[in-house]
Amino acid sequence: MTQILDPTDERVPIRRSLAPRSEVIAGTIGLLDINKARGDVMIERLRQRLAERIPGVEIRNYRKPTPAKPAPDDVRHKMLEECDFVVEALAD
Amino acid sequence: MTAQVTLPHFTLDALAGETHSFPSSRPTLLCFVKEDCPTCVLSMPLIEAAYRAFGDRIDVLAIGQDRPGNAALVERFKLTVPMLDDSALKISFKYDIETVPTIIFADPNGSELRRFIGFGRQDWQDLCAEMAKLAGKAAPTVDWASYPESRPGCGSKSVEPGVAERLQAEAEGSPIRARRIEIADQDDIFEFMFDQGLTDGLPVVPPTPERVIRMLKGTRRDAQEILGTVAPSYAPLTIEKVAINAVMAGCKPEYFPVVLAASEIICDPDYCIHGISATTYGATPIIVVNGPIRHKIGMNMGINVLGQGNRPNATIGRAIKLIVRNVGGAKPGGVERATFGSASKYTCCFAEYEERSPWEPLHVERGFKKEASVVTMFGLESGPRQIADQTSRTARALVGSIGLGAEASWHPKTHNFGDVLLVVSPEHADTIGHDKWSKEQVRQQIQAVTSRPLRELLPTEDYGGLGAMPDQANLCARSEEELNKIIPKFQSTKNIHIVVAGGPAGKWTVMFGGWASGIYGSVPTSRKIEEVI
Repeated sequence: MTQILDPTDERVPIRRSLAPRSEVIAGTIGLLDINKARGDVMIERLRQRLAERIPGVEIRNYRKPTPAKPAPDDVRHKMLEECDFVVEALAD
Repeated sequence: MTAQVTLPHFTLDALAGETHSFPSSRPTLLCFVKEDCPTCVLSMPLIEAAYRAFGDRIDVLAIGQDRPGNAALVERFKLTVPMLDDSALKISFKYDIETVPTIIFADPNGSELRRFIGFGRQDWQDLCAEMAKLAGKAAPTVDWASYPESRPGCGSKSVEPGVAERLQAEAEGSPIRARRIEIADQDDIFEFMFDQGLTDGLPVVPPTPERVIRMLKGTRRDAQEILGTVAPSYAPLTIEKVAINAVMAGCKPEYFPVVLAASEIICDPDYCIHGISATTYGATPIIVVNGPIRHKIGMNMGINVLGQGNRPNATIGRAIKLIVRNVGGAKPGGVERATFGSASKYTCCFAEYEERSPWEPLHVERGFKKEASVVTMFGLESGPRQIADQTSRTARALVGSIGLGAEASWHPKTHNFGDVLLVVSPEHADTIGHDKWSKEQVRQQIQAVTSRPLRELLPTEDYGGLGAMPDQANLCARSEEELNKIIPKFQSTKNIHIVVAGGPAGKWTVMFGGWASGIYGSVPTSRKIEEVI
């Protein structure tokens, strides 16, 4: 019998479940541009399509300062307070 | 009066089957022995004589270090003295026995009265006299003249290589807290570690408790000290976990101070190991070591400096990548998403050839004393590009070439972007040094030869790509004045980092091109190395 020591963080992976999905899209949709090249183009297309399909909703734009790091707390809190739905979009 | 030392208590089984505990409320003579030690063999008749003379008043205990040897001693000397089995060596370790025989006389409370190591005729005579006085009995009759005046002892089995570390790992107060994984004898330990996803694709050294204990001798810090958290899992990184991964990478304990300093850097949010691991661009930790430790641990700073073949270079960088994988949780295909990656993602660590540089070394530029040992880490592309110039004979021309080469970093038309690390070869350094150019002059010349008007940097039908940062890309919105604005390659001369390394021959400079820098990406970060060995 050989014994070795665990090189990992030893944390049991936590299973995360998705939030319940709403049947109806209403209220405010947040569009998060993560600041990759042409992310703004993609977000703008999304905004146009959403506005056409769901005329009643309000659409707000948010932006991360850099794609290389997680969104800053203030951006996340602002989206949490203001949005019912969020779309986070990448691009290149 | 000397301070009394209270000896550790213990319970051991004797060869005859009975159990003995110390202290026992009687004075006790403890004799640590092993059978393959001639001085122990010489001492055995005296231990037996002491038992026969005083055994009814004083506990006399032989403590043998290997089971078959204990039986052999009992048989050979027809011993009646209890021979306790310490073949697990736990009591020898607890008593910090380095040499056998070690003879310790203790009072009824377990406080040490007398101790000697090896064989000393006078020591034994004095001991017998003291025991006789205490027991109120006559000393045993011994032909003292037949004994030598003194004999040195032998090494205790508890300090044999590998054994001491095992005993330390198993002892109370062991620094080891990590989960222990048992691997059955029929399993191949190397295959097991591959199967568990613990390796970078190459075999790793099994991190046994003994090896980890040895690695921890490379620091004076507590093994459970937390250096910070490692992204992307943001798991706490203890010194013990650093040691486990350093063993796996193949480090020696004397490299451990470098690994520790680099580990602190990967916990620094400004260094941004999260982005370095996750980017599709294929960035990786680039580790530069400065100061006296380069020589002490035998790092390569010369021929093939960025290549294979040198143990500290190879294993220090590998240890950091294994920590990011195993503790931070960044694995290729998971959070680590480089489109290509490169061999530098296994390891990228080297020393600056300070002695061949015409300039102050990197760590001095960054505010450390020359005699300090320092690790500096960059988050740059994983795979250097070589810039060739075999013809320039002046600093101006050569640095111009290097600048043009460096302009290809990320994309030739991307300006005002990123850091770059230039590794200048000794031959190139000589050419630049001959003209007495400072590093600052080098940086300014690189900025000068790469400065272009914005209009030249914008994308055209002939070349796409980024061309310029997004806020510069909208040609229509620009005035003539703006289009004529001159933009150098790098945001500032501070983004151009220069070290000297490499073999004596070769007119090349190598560059590690930039990934996102500063607050948008990775900030080059230095830490002083705490040398202990």
